[in-house]
Formats: sequence, structure tokens, C-alpha cells
Amino acid sequence: MVKIRLDDRELEVQRGTLLIDACRAAGIEVPSFCYYPGLSLQAACRMCLVEIEKAPKLQTACTVPATEGMIVRSNTEQVAQARRSMLEFLLGNHPLDCPVCDKGGECELQDMVFRYGASESRYGEAKRHVEEQQWSPVVYFDAPRCILCYRCVRVCDEGMGVGALSVVNRGARTEIAPNHGDHLECEECGMCIDICPVGALTSGAYRYKARPWEIQYTSTICTHCGDGCKTTLSVRNNKILRGNNRDRSGINGEFLCIKGRYAYDFVEHPSRLRQPLVRKGQELVATTWEEAIGMVAAKWGEILSRRNEAANNILAGTSEKRSKGFGVIASNHTTNEENYLLQKFARTVLQTNHVDHHRTADYAALIHALANESPEQPAQAQRPPLARSKDIVGASAILLVGNNPTEQHPLIAWNIREACRRNGARLYIINSRRIPLLRQSHRFLPLGLGHEADALRYLCGEPEAGQALLGKTPSGDPVTSDLLHDFRNRLQEEKDVIVVFGDEITGPDVSLLIRMGSQLSGRTRYIVLGDSSNSRGASDMGLLPHLLPGYRPVEDAVARAFFENRWKTPIPETSGLSVDEMVTATLQGGMDSLYVVGANPLKGRNPADFRGKTFLVVQDLFLQETAQAADVVLPAASAYEKSGTVTNTCGELQRLRKAIGVLGTRTDLQIFESLAAAMGAALHPCRPEEALEEIRQMVPEYNIPLANVLAGGAEAVLNPNGFKPLAAPAETSGRVYSAQDTLFTSGTLGRFSNILNLVPERAIRKEPDPA
Amino acid sequence: MQFSAQLEDKLKKLMRNYPIKRSSLIPMLLFVQDEQGFLRKETIAEIAGRLELTIPQVEETISYYSMLRKKPAGKYHLQVCTNISCLLRGGEELFEHARKKLSLAPGETTPDKLFSLEEVECIGACAWAPAIQVNYQFHHELTPERFDQLIGELQRSRA
Amino acid sequence: MPVSEHEVLVLTERFDLPNSASIDTYLGHDGYQALEKSLKQMTPESILEELKRSNLRGRGGAGFPTGMKWGFVPKESPKPKYIVCNADESEPGTCKDRLLMEKDPHQLIEGILIAGIVVGSHQGYIYVRGEYRYLLEILDRALEEAYARGYLGKNILGTGFDFELATHTGAGAYECGEESALLESLEGKRGIPRIRPPFPAVVGLYGGPTVLNNVETFSAVPAILRNGGEWYAQLGTPRNGGTRLFVLSGHVNRPGVYELPMGFPLRKMIEEVGGGILDGKKVKAVIPGGSSTPVLTADALDTPMDFDSVAKAGSMLGSGAVIMMHEDTCMVKVALRLMQFYAHESCGWCIPCREGTDWLSKTLHRFHSGGGRDEDIGLVEHLAKNMLGRTFCPLGDAAAMPMISFVQKFREEFEMHLSGRPCPFESKQEPATASR
Repeated sequence: MVKIRLDDRELEVQRGTLLIDACRAAGIEVPSFCYYPGLSLQAACRMCLVEIEKAPKLQTACTVPATEGMIVRSNTEQVAQARRSMLEFLLGNHPLDCPVCDKGGECELQDMVFRYGASESRYGEAKRHVEEQQWSPVVYFDAPRCILCYRCVRVCDEGMGVGALSVVNRGARTEIAPNHGDHLECEECGMCIDICPVGALTSGAYRYKARPWEIQYTSTICTHCGDGCKTTLSVRNNKILRGNNRDRSGINGEFLCIKGRYAYDFVEHPSRLRQPLVRKGQELVATTWEEAIGMVAAKWGEILSRRNEAANNILAGTSEKRSKGFGVIASNHTTNEENYLLQKFARTVLQTNHVDHHRTADYAALIHALANESPEQPAQAQRPPLARSKDIVGASAILLVGNNPTEQHPLIAWNIREACRRNGARLYIINSRRIPLLRQSHRFLPLGLGHEADALRYLCGEPEAGQALLGKTPSGDPVTSDLLHDFRNRLQEEKDVIVVFGDEITGPDVSLLIRMGSQLSGRTRYIVLGDSSNSRGASDMGLLPHLLPGYRPVEDAVARAFFENRWKTPIPETSGLSVDEMVTATLQGGMDSLYVVGANPLKGRNPADFRGKTFLVVQDLFLQETAQAADVVLPAASAYEKSGTVTNTCGELQRLRKAIGVLGTRTDLQIFESLAAAMGAALHPCRPEEALEEIRQMVPEYNIPLANVLAGGAEAVLNPNGFKPLAAPAETSGRVYSAQDTLFTSGTLGRFSNILNLVPERAIRKEPDPA
Repeated sequence: MQFSAQLEDKLKKLMRNYPIKRSSLIPMLLFVQDEQGFLRKETIAEIAGRLELTIPQVEETISYYSMLRKKPAGKYHLQVCTNISCLLRGGEELFEHARKKLSLAPGETTPDKLFSLEEVECIGACAWAPAIQVNYQFHHELTPERFDQLIGELQRSRA
Repeated sequence: MPVSEHEVLVLTERFDLPNSASIDTYLGHDGYQALEKSLKQMTPESILEELKRSNLRGRGGAGFPTGMKWGFVPKESPKPKYIVCNADESEPGTCKDRLLMEKDPHQLIEGILIAGIVVGSHQGYIYVRGEYRYLLEILDRALEEAYARGYLGKNILGTGFDFELATHTGAGAYECGEESALLESLEGKRGIPRIRPPFPAVVGLYGGPTVLNNVETFSAVPAILRNGGEWYAQLGTPRNGGTRLFVLSGHVNRPGVYELPMGFPLRKMIEEVGGGILDGKKVKAVIPGGSSTPVLTADALDTPMDFDSVAKAGSMLGSGAVIMMHEDTCMVKVALRLMQFYAHESCGWCIPCREGTDWLSKTLHRFHSGGGRDEDIGLVEHLAKNMLGRTFCPLGDAAAMPMISFVQKFREEFEMHLSGRPCPFESKQEPATASR
């Protein structure tokens, strides 16, 4: 710590603290354009000039570190005059058409001039004019407005690792330029637009649509991938105009990818379902909610009583081939409350364990492996083995096994880059592809497809497993024993490793991974990468055929009893069918009814093959393959149209807040409630807050302080250390696979986002395989 | 893309001078421009590839340096200095004279592609002002008459 | 043979010898003796002592004591150290380094080698401005000769000292004369200056400690080590050792590059060395050290031309480029041309320099063409003052200082332009003819 004197206040600050940070921490405002926390120093805008005693001229507070006894003044006439003059220089060539500028009202230059500028302009020369350019469907550039703070260049290069922007020409002709001469080819994340202090870079989705003061802001959680970025939606008249995160209040700071920033537009797609549909012969025709709900409830009631009858008959000795009853295929996007209630509805009202969802990461295997691992190192036992997304930034080493976070987990990739750039973290990559993060990698172990487990075995100390890795990989990288050796030795030396892995590691391989991690010399933490906004929540809430909420095995009587006591209804005793098994059984006519909520398990199949095979009820946003085969279609609200909580892939619980409403739709929670009520089986609690309360009581990992979550922050659900060792290891049932969405796809939602379909980069990326 | 054997040799030697590849960039661009007249898109891509740079990295560099150009100049590129020392000795008048003599606006090339004209900043011939450079050749203490003479010589040397 | 009887030939001693650039000529006239002495009879410390004694100050413009600068380089460094010669001579009015390289390249090479010995560097570069292409050929030939004779390369003179030296060309950018911008350029990037500290002596080329000096500075080193620091210091005035290559240009009868002792009186330089003012006219103004230094009026003609005296007179010795302007010169026009230069050469990185030079050149252009307003005179001065000391690198000051001086010293000429007509000097100005 050093003592400095700042505007006649004595301050104690960490040695090396930049004066600008010291000032701001002390509540003394020092203006800047180019200084931006987290990005490299520029000293270009000269707005932060301050007086330092003994220095012959003003110094930039953004480049001078505090030293003992330094006397700094920011409140003198000389400093005020310097700021005034910088703004005068800036306004020379800058257009003064604020009333028609898209940035008006939220422009840093405007604010600075208001605060520090002169009241009149002395500039009487012609202003330099250059035509506005469109660089991509989402990025527009108006050079004369640019003040050359280089934030956009830096965030693209340093933050995104893309480097699509550069500085060309010199002097007053200096401009920012896109990487392809007249257009951009990049990730279209829009970070450059958000970070732009003026109206130079504007968003194709938002520009000239609204004035900032007309907007209401609703911060919620992006519904696209599993990273759980906070996105603050700008809403006017029940219409979402943009997404950003300027207050940096979420786990993602100001980071958003194209999906979080622009791909909210599916909500108003013309194909959006806005009325329930019921099948009349070959046709699905619109109907009222009352009729649709009534029809489903009646049919389901009928099936239930027939099955009860049949069960009695079996007891009575009558032999009748039993059908499998109800199947429920759930969503990766619905809230924790909805997920919890859906499985409760399935298990208590529909009396079935045939509950599953598209599993994109093996959370269950990870939780079980960690819970049942006997802690070898006491230190390890004390520390949470599951890392939060921000923990990546502080880790000294990261081991990435499989996945391509740049495309599939943009926030995780951002954090990894930040760890490498700002903290010198060493990134170890095991992958069968040459992924973009290789640019940041410290060591790379290339693999042939599907050899991840061999690599783990080798790292666990089984040299013979290394044999399978030797030679040239399909991506053309040679693997030698030296390379293997070096990779392993380096990794072994690491003291604090976060292991990040994708769907390449599932089932028993997860235990292998944990064994490998526990052999490293220091602390090891884990992040498993699941696809969607509530993939983790779907698993945690027991939307699984073999596991109850909190990963308690269905077939464990103690676990069942715990829930039965609360729910006052018996739960079927045996594990149910997986998604694939339910689909197959349906085709074979073996399901009485299939209830699909926010999912499209028939993607890539012919809906006609399924018609009439079961009583199919689909609840979704769009009429996809599964809905096209349905008997009843219920139009659901999207994540941006409801409240509740979701859990990201790192286990961070965050709150969804309703931004808009879409007429004709109902939230999934409301639909469950209506269906249960129509069947005479009150499903409660049906308010999200009350449902969360029950979850907290029944799933101890979710019994966490909520203050943060309610205030718009994140709170990690408890680590598996919080579990008592689970009664039995989980049976693996059903596939775990990622949909391999790219930056520009997002399953069904991506199909209906105009922006995602508009950007040319989408075509360059491989479309994900239909599941 | 292959440059002339002589240039390739020069570039090979150039790259040996530095511990990092990018250091060769500016001389390489200039030497290649000397041979090819200007920097074509394909040439830029070639140089980027040789030095393991991205094309924007090369473009941003080119756009900074006033001697690097992406459009062809005349066979004889006339650069007339009008900075202070030349100004005081008639540099501006010489430039005006050159414009009229060749019927060229700054940055233009004669239809026969023989001459192009540019007004430049100090070229380091202040004690022998006014001065011009024709390609890299200095011509000192010029008068309009001596300028015309020079143009005549250059025209004849082509024939 | 000196052109003027007042010349003291130290750095230019060999200029008139036949084949002055060849190594044989150099070796026949004391060449590489200082190197041999440095390697065999001196230590880095004693060389530094000698340099400090010589009062040699940087000839690029800032006049920083060379011995002190070299002393800043850390002894131990995990990264290689470099010697970089700034031969990006671009300051308007300046063409002395050009002659030093053209006429006596080995003197420069020897000076660079000695810098290498002092700081323990084994690699050097000579960064030559792109326009000086013919010098690349001369320098490369000289380097080849030096390698062939064992003055460069491995185990120099059998002492175990290794040193590699290469030329490097710029491609047209005044800003690359600024030392950190030059390093960026040498690394193949845009010539944008670096944030300092750290200074190049500690973190320079490729992140290694780097000595950066002007051609003339390095070229002075061999003679200093041959004849002693004391001898060199005696040639000049106190704290301003040695001789200086002055470039006389503008309205003098005999423009040229002259080697004169430090502290040589300005009036004598113009009248006796330069042969007086063209057509017997009166002196109106003189820029004493290149375009970046404040203009002086005829009142200052008695100033001795050394760093301290010129500073006392309100300007700077700078690059030693003395630009003379006689009574018919339009000072607004000169200021305009200079501001156009700085606007053209501003790298554009920081706001006050990029916008300030652009604004000044536009306003002066309008002003000079007859569109001037009363308040413009105060405005240009004020704008320049707002740039002064606040830009990212010295280029802003280089534009601001002369601008302020032009307004302050020639305000009445600015006022004369307020008539609404084009420049009042336009009719008086005949194109001057070369007369040498």
C-alpha cells in the first residue's frame, strides 16, 4: 500500500494502482474515453490529464501508477481547462447533429461536453465528411462520429480474440476499418457497438428505432446457450428493441454474443404460435384455450382410468398386454420452477417416470462421481469442486477437454481468453478439432475423433492408453510420445486447474476425468458444458427417467419416500424411458400419450409417421416437426415472457424477468396448472416464487441465499459436497449429446431469428446435425 | 507468387536481419512496390502469408506510410517538395509549373503512364532547394527551365 | 577542405577525400582506431566516462547528454539489447545526416559499434527514411566491407566481441523519427509512439533495452574516443561539447551543411558562412533548429548557437537546421505550410495532435486566402497552447511551439491579412532562384 494525496484527501491505495482507478475508487470522477478497465492502455484521448506535483506538465491518470507520497490534483482550473480543450478539439470534426444521432441521450461525448465542455464552439472550418458504411447486417460505421478511442479495436482483438477491426490511415484521416475492406467477417457479437462511446458504430437491429428515454429496461437471462449471460432488454410498447448489458451487472459483465444481443427477435416471428390448435382429421385448427385444455384433460383422464382399471385387472390375474402409459419429453429452456412442477405433474398426476429431456451434458454423472469420490486430499474436500464461470478468469490453468467454446459457449470462451490475457493462465487443450481457442493455448493435445477417454487414461498414468493417441490425427497434427509426455508433465505441475469438458466425456468417462483431476498436484475444479439456457436446471430438477430432483435415484425407496411424503402421492418405483426409447415406443404404438414441452424430439423425421400413433400433446413456440404430428398444440411463452429462475451450466442460479407478453400464449407453468386443474388434480404451488420455495426445501443444493438472485445477480447452487453420498450410482440411461449449435444457430429458436439467418457468417459454419 | 530472382534474394536476406518476421514488413512492401509499381491485392496477401500476418495487419501498415501505394504511379514518379526550405526557394512555384507542364493534378498520371506528380513533405534536400525526387533520384536546385530540361531527358530516355 | 574558413572539421573531416565512403579511405584516415581502442584499451565504464567528459548531447533534437543516456541501459537483461541508429532524418530544414551517411558511412558504423561495446549489445539497426534509398545502397556496401574486414560479425578484432548491424528502411512517416514510433516501425507496425515509461533504454526494440541515437551523435563518437572527451568538449561551449552540423537553408546566398563549433554566433553564420541574405535583403525571421523550433526575429541574431543559448533566446537548437527568411516572406504562409506539414504527419493517435493540427491548418489556410476574422488570430494561438504539453508524443509540441511563436512574434502580419484580400505578400514574392 502507498499513501497518496488526491485533491487534498489522504488515500491509501495498492502499490501500482493507476491514478485513474485510485481517483474513481475514491469517488473522484476523472473522465476518459480510451481508458477502459480490462483493455490495454492507450493514453490517446487525453481526457484524464491531472496535475502531479513536481511533474512539469499534466499527466494522464490512466498511465501513471500511484507511488508513495504522490500529490495529485484533479480539481484545478488547469485540469478543467485541459478537459475543455480536449472536448473542443473532439467536437471540431464531429457532427453536431445530436438530435438526429442514434446515440443521442446515451452518448458519452454528449455527457462529457455537458459536464466538462465549453458552452460555445469556435470551430469555423468545414467538417471532414465520409459516407456512412454498413459493415454487416448488424454493424454500421459512421466515421465522422468516431473519436478514435480504439475501444472497439481492443475489445474485438483482446476480448473476443477475433481482431476484425483495425486502424487505417493517419492524422485526421485515421479511421477504424473492418477486416474485409468494405465489410466485416467476424462473430457479429456487437461488442464493438456497445463499447462505442459515441454514435460511430451502431446496431443494424436497433438504430433509429427509439430514443433511450422512451425505453424500459428489463434485465433477464439469455435463453440461447448454457452460459447464462445476463442480457438487459430494451423494451418499448411491449416490443424488445435491443439487448445489451451496459451496467455490467451480470456474471458476463458487458459480454454478449450475437445471440444474447440480437437473437431475441424470434419472439415476434410471424410463425410464432399464438392460439391453441387441435387436430381435426388431417388438419390442425385453431381453438380456444378452454377447448384445448379440456380436450387434453379429458383424454388424459380417460387414459388414466383405463390404466388403473388395467392394473386392477392384472392384479386380478387378467392377462392384457400393457402399454407404457404416459411419456413426457421436457425442455432445456423452461424455468427451474416449471421443470420441477412438470416432473411432479408427470410422476404424481400422470403416474409415470417416463420423463426425460434432450441431455446435452452428463451433469448426473459428474454430480455422482464427485459426491461418491472419497476425498483423497482433505484440502480438496473443503473446497467446492465445481467452478463458477468467473472462476475461470482467476485460475492459473485451464484444461479444456473437447467442445468448441468459441461457438458453443461464448462466455466460457471469453472468460478463458481473459484468463490467458490478463492473468497469464495456461490453457491446455485436448481436442479432435483445431478450435479457435488454440490461439490462446499453452499446450495442445490433438486427438483422433472419440479418443478423449484414451487421453484421460493416459493422463491418469496408463501409458498403454497413449499408444492409441500416437500418429497423425485427422486434423493433420502429429502426436508423438514426447508431446504426450510433455503435456502430462506440464499439467501435473499445475497447482490450480479448472477442467472444462463437453459431451465428449459422459457416463463412466466422467469418473475417469475426476480420477485424473484428483491426481493433479493442487486444487482441481470442474465445469461441464451443456447446451441450453436451462440444461443444468432440467437435470437438477429431475427431468430424468431414473433420477428425482437433486439426482436422487428413483429406484431408491428412501429417496422416493422423501418426495412421496411431501407430494402425498406414490411415485412409480422403477426408472422410466429415455427420449429415444419414448420416441421408438411411440412409433410402435406403445405410448398411450406423449406430452412434449418445449422440445422437438421428432426433428428431422416425418411428422406423418407419428400421426395417430399416440395422443400427442405439444407445448411450444413454433410449429416444428413434433407439433405438426400433434393432436393438440399449446402455444407457450418464451423465456423473455415469463418470470422464474434458471441454472446455467456452471450451476449459477439466476432470475428470469418478464420483458414482454405475447398475446395468446401462456407460460408453461400456467399450462401445467390449467391441465392439472382440468384433471381435478390441483398442482401446487403454481406461483414461481412458491415453486422455488418448495424446490429449496426438496433439493438441498438449491437452499441458498436468494438476495443476490432476486437483485439480479447470480448465486451458485451448492456443490455436491452438500450432498450426502448418494445411495446408488446412477444408471446411465439415454444418450447425452450436444446439438453442436454454432454462434449463429440455436436449435428451434435459431430457425426463427431473422438476425441469425441474416448474417453471412452463418453459412460458413457447419449446420448442426439433426439429432 | 514469385518475385524476380533478384528480389527474392533480397527479401531472403532481409528476413534474416530480424528475430521476428513482422520486422521485414515495411522494407518488404517497399522493395516489392519498387519492382511491381504498386501493391496489388494479391501481393498484399502474398506478403501477409510470408510474414504470418493477417491481411488487415498489412493493410493498416500500408495505409500509414505515405510512400506505400495501392494504385499505380507513372514510370517516373515526380515528387516535388514544397516544405519550408523549398517553399522559400520557389518550391510551390515549381510545383505549379510541373502541374501545368504535365497537365496533371496531384496524384494523377499522364495518359502515356510516363509521369505522375505528387506534392511531398520535406525530402531532406533543404540546403539544395528547391528539390524534387524522381523515383528515388534527387534533383537539386531546380528552376522551371531545368525542370523542363529534366522532363525532356526523361521523355527521350523512354524513346 | 572547409567550404567556409569558420568550419571546424571533425565529423566531416573526410568528406572531400576521394572515395570517402570506402573502408580503405576510412582506414587510411584514423578509421576504426576508436573501435580498436575501445575494445582493447578501454572498458565500457571508461568509454562512458570519456563520453560524459565530451559533453556530447544528442543531435536529433532534444539534446540529451549521450553518456547519460547510454548509462541508463541496465547491465543485466534477460532479453537481448539493441543499438538503433535514427537515420529517419525528416525534420524540415534538415539534411545533415544524409551527408554523414553518404560521405562517411564507416564513421557511423564505428560509432554504433562502440555503443554496442558500452551497453553489451550485439545487434544494431540503422533506420533510414524511405526517401533516402540511395543511402541504403551506400550503407549496405559499407556494412559488407566492414564484415569482410572483420569490423562486424563474430569475434571482432579477435576480442571475442560480436556485433551484427543491418540497415532498415522506413516508408514515409515523419512520426517515425520519434524514438518509440521508430521502434514500432522497426517491428513492422504503424509508427504510433509507445506509452513511456518504460523508456527504450529499459524496454525498447523487441522488449529489450535499446540505445537510440541520431546519426550525427553516433558519428561523433569515434573522434571523441580518439582525441579524448576533453578535446571534444573544448571545441564547443560549456555543457555543449564539440561541433555541430548546421544546415543553412532558405534566403541565404550560400545554403549548405556546415560543421561549426557549438556556440557559433548566428549572425556570423548567416553573414559569413551563408554569404548573407539573398539580394541584400533584410532578415525577418530565423528558425534555428528545424521546423519544430520556435521562430526568432532579427533581434535574436546575436545568439550563440548552442543548446542552452538558443533556449535562452526562446527557441531550441533542435536538429541544427537554420532556416532564414527575409523581409518579403509571408509569415502566415510559412506558418500555414508548417501546420499543413504537421497535419499530414500527425499519426492521428491522440486527440489534441490529430484534431489540433487539422484545425490549425484549415484555419490558417482560410486566413491566408483572405477569409480571416479578427478572432482567428487569438484562436490559433489558443489552440496551439491547448496542444502544448498535452499530446501523446512530442509531435504535438513540435507543431504548437512554432505556431505560438509565429503569432506572438508576427501578430501584425496576421493582422495585415484581415483586409479580406488574399495575402499581402503574394505580389512581393518572386520565386527565388538557386544561386549556389
